[in-house]
Amino acid sequence: MSDHQYSEDHEWINIDGDVGTVGISNFAQEQLGDVVFVDLPQIGAEVSKGDEIAVVESVKAASEIYAPVSGEVVAVNDVLNEAPETVNADAENTGWFFKIKLADEGELDGLMDADAYAAFAQG
Amino acid sequence: MRYLPLGDADRSAMMAQIGISSVDDLFEGVPRSARLTKPLDLPPGQGELSVERAIGRLAGKNRPMGSCPSFIGGGAYRHHVPASVDHLIQRSEFLTAYTPYQPEISQGTLQVLFEFQTQVAMITGMDVANASMYDGATACAEAVLMATRVTRRKHVVLSSNLHPHYRDCVLTTSQFLDLEIDVVEPLPEIDKQTACVVVQNPDVFGRLRDLTVLSEACHEVDALLVVAVPEVVSLGAVKSPGEMGADIVVCEGQGIGNGLNYGGPYLGLFATRDKYVRQMPGRLCGESVDADGKRGYVLTLSAREQHIRREKATSNICTNSGLCALAFSIHLSLLGEDGLKGLAMLNHQTAIKLADKLAAVPGVEVLESTFFNEFTLKLSGNATEIVEALLDHDVMGGVPAVRLFPERPDLANHLIVAATETNTDGDIDAFAEALGEVLS
Amino acid sequence: MNRQGRQTRPHQDATGQAAKSTFTGHQGLDHEEELIFELGRDGQCGVDLPALEDTPDRLGGLLRDGEIGLPGLSEPEVVRHYVRISRNNYAIDAGIYPLGSCTMKHNPRLNEKMARLPGLADIHPLQPTSTVQGALELIDTLAHWLKVITGMPAVAMSPAAGAHGELCGLMTIRAALEARGEKRSRVLVPESAHGTNPATANFCGYKIQSIPANASGRVDLEALKAAIDDDVAAIMLTNPNTCGLFEDEVIEVAEAVHGVGGYFYCDGANLNALVGKVRVGDLGVDAMHINLHKTFSTPHGGGGPGAGPVVLSDALKAYAPVPWVVSGEDGFDLQEDATGDAEASIGRMKSFHGQMGMFVRALTYMMSFGCDGLPRIAEDAVLSANYILARLKDHMSPSFDGYCMHEALFDEHFLDGTGVTTLDFAKAMIDEGFHPMTIYFPLVVHGAMLIEPTESESKASLDEFIEAMIDLTRSAKEGDTTRFTEAPLLAFRKRLDETRAARSPVLRWRPEVETAEAAE
Repeated sequence: MSDHQYSEDHEWINIDGDVGTVGISNFAQEQLGDVVFVDLPQIGAEVSKGDEIAVVESVKAASEIYAPVSGEVVAVNDVLNEAPETVNADAENTGWFFKIKLADEGELDGLMDADAYAAFAQG
Repeated sequence: MRYLPLGDADRSAMMAQIGISSVDDLFEGVPRSARLTKPLDLPPGQGELSVERAIGRLAGKNRPMGSCPSFIGGGAYRHHVPASVDHLIQRSEFLTAYTPYQPEISQGTLQVLFEFQTQVAMITGMDVANASMYDGATACAEAVLMATRVTRRKHVVLSSNLHPHYRDCVLTTSQFLDLEIDVVEPLPEIDKQTACVVVQNPDVFGRLRDLTVLSEACHEVDALLVVAVPEVVSLGAVKSPGEMGADIVVCEGQGIGNGLNYGGPYLGLFATRDKYVRQMPGRLCGESVDADGKRGYVLTLSAREQHIRREKATSNICTNSGLCALAFSIHLSLLGEDGLKGLAMLNHQTAIKLADKLAAVPGVEVLESTFFNEFTLKLSGNATEIVEALLDHDVMGGVPAVRLFPERPDLANHLIVAATETNTDGDIDAFAEALGEVLS
Repeated sequence: MNRQGRQTRPHQDATGQAAKSTFTGHQGLDHEEELIFELGRDGQCGVDLPALEDTPDRLGGLLRDGEIGLPGLSEPEVVRHYVRISRNNYAIDAGIYPLGSCTMKHNPRLNEKMARLPGLADIHPLQPTSTVQGALELIDTLAHWLKVITGMPAVAMSPAAGAHGELCGLMTIRAALEARGEKRSRVLVPESAHGTNPATANFCGYKIQSIPANASGRVDLEALKAAIDDDVAAIMLTNPNTCGLFEDEVIEVAEAVHGVGGYFYCDGANLNALVGKVRVGDLGVDAMHINLHKTFSTPHGGGGPGAGPVVLSDALKAYAPVPWVVSGEDGFDLQEDATGDAEASIGRMKSFHGQMGMFVRALTYMMSFGCDGLPRIAEDAVLSANYILARLKDHMSPSFDGYCMHEALFDEHFLDGTGVTTLDFAKAMIDEGFHPMTIYFPLVVHGAMLIEPTESESKASLDEFIEAMIDLTRSAKEGDTTRFTEAPLLAFRKRLDETRAARSPVLRWRPEVETAEAAE
């Protein structure tokens, strides 16, 4: 998924027009272990970059997900309610968490591309 | 010393292995100023016989409830616990086991918890229950916090007929959180700012109420109804809070399987609906399978708890009331469906007898016509003084209402009395007679 | 290897296949036991109650009709059920239980006998205080012992457990600050702290600031001093800390936080290392909870009940939760509400007066040891932990140099390259007949293994444990991976699927009828 941009919190965002799809990286799901539950935001929620927006729970850990950009949540991935294991199986595609309508495209500047993130995750 | 297996030869060998000549070498990191150089100012150690005498002397200065006719309730109830219960909870494997963090070798504890959770859900008429909390009052405080999390609202209404200890625990626990709590009766209009309404059934004065209309009013504004039940045996005779529409039910479980023990350790029961399970505090035991496909049990949904979520945990609770929960579960297994219903009805009938006998005493007014096993009397004199006078007649008559409500001088003549299956007809007659003499 | 004569490999039949299990599923004297709901029958009862009379009820139309669903069984069936399932539990009475930070010591039965004396067990918390003078004196006596042992002037007796005690302590701190008209927003917590510490601070409305450890595993004093300002309400420190090390700069820590008008909360979970040897009051502590179910031997009971009285400094004692046991000319009494002398109290934290049953047990234990015996608890506990550390340090990887206190911390580095994790190692210990030590706590080292033997293990028991650990280590390094990754093979159950339990939680039994209907 070379179009993904990554944050230092191990999240990815994929932009289509003014809407970004957000999920966690494959590295993140490996660290978490078997995902058992995802607490998704409400549709319509307005968030600022860095706000806690979701929680992903595994058997042994719970991780906050922070909004990589500011905006309004326009969709959530209901599949995760029935099948949270989707996050483990396909974190960077069908395991997406929510879609957000960007308030400020400039915020994307701070994010990493796939190669930069790969290096970051190794280090 | 009988509890210390290491002998001097052992200690020498161990010190040699470590490479030290004195055990104090291991305390080198302790600042000198904090090291104790002489014995603490306490008596020296004693053998079993001496300790028994000393503790026995303290026990001998108390008047057990069983030594005379006693009718004290007020949130803790004297019920008969079958001999098997106390015997079973003292089995080493139950008494001296830890929290079941290694499930493969803790299936005893875990199966008990799974059965306990099921029993609590059944008797409260709810979907799911946790593995117990410290007591009914702290469970009530946790229920209020849970309701504020679920609804994301700050306004809480507590009935003023809620046991003051439960009310106070809610107030104490929430004092540094940004909540608005009203203590009021009759219950006010509630709106979309209200997180929950907390009522007790039977209430602290013994009154029973149908909560169905209240639960509908709550649900109309998406508020939660929390119902507290300090006398758990009442669930054998009274319509369950679940049936009446409760969202969270908290009980004091002491009355089943556990003695009075001067107020603790007790047993908080906490039950709710499936949809709220991830917001429920406390430990949870769940069913699973092992590597061979055999059914087994594990602690689960731990990601809510303090050891994982830390500052974002649903509660800071770590210990539950495990052994008390086991005692409850064993007693309830012995009672079964018929036994619990029979026990509850026996309590109710004993209370009816008591109410009728006392109503016939001049100067006594029984305030309720509906109750389970506890009701309130209005006396022709000060209830606290009357209770003291009854002691001279070898009767422990009940709880003066002002002991629970010191800020309510209008209740000075009110006495809350409870009857259980442990009260005989002779006890009831003795109480009525003594009360008659004291009041005249 | 274990001494019970059980094979440390599952036995195989002539073809090399794992041996079949029995037809019934039982093995020797170990029984598979169903749930009580699956064993019950309608109309059975294990209790004989007197016949009911024909009296009309006065329940105001609220009589419970319909089934509750509880199973009915006779007394022998109930007894057998619980005896059978009890046998699937490990317990300290059965073997060493080296759980770090839990202090699994022997639970004397004298404690149980005393707690069951009718004069202590059959008294109601709301009896007139004139009828329970012995109970109040007992609570007062225990309070005295706790104050002398810790060198602190006051103690709040009512908290029901350690975490409850932490909440109590932190609330008194916030109350004291508010009484001074101060609003502070932060609490400092070492990163090695137990999860209850930040959870508790959050409940008091505080933000947590984590302080890192230095290379020797103690809280980094320089980092602490850099974080301290007059917005810090308190520091929560465990001493010895969760790595089993004494915080040797504790007095400087206390001075730093007192210097800005803040308070020092001490998590007393590890008091077993200090009792009779060190007084926490001399370390500058303002509040400390004491886990009676750890240091003072009240039984763990499969997870509770506990008791968590909190010793308090002069600065905090006015805020202690009610009720207070007070003594006067006429004997003992209870100050039950926050009026008069208790006006500044933070309020009530639980129903009634505290965990009386645990008070009786703890006092019985303390009186058995006395002033001469109490220091020997700490000495033997610390000696035993260091003995284990000394004998295992060349085989496993201790996380820190030097002596430990009552518990020894190792991490998973000695397993590098073996394909065996801390979890696997722990599960293999089960096959050797031991309950594993605490694993993955504290979080500050990778794959933590925290071993606390306590003072109630004989040297023979310690040696047996140590030899098993050495054997397991050798085996892992020799590449015998399946011994670990498939363990436990000999316990009542093999590894359980915790993921499944969390993804699709089944938290209670339901009757077959419901599930059959759901399937349709």
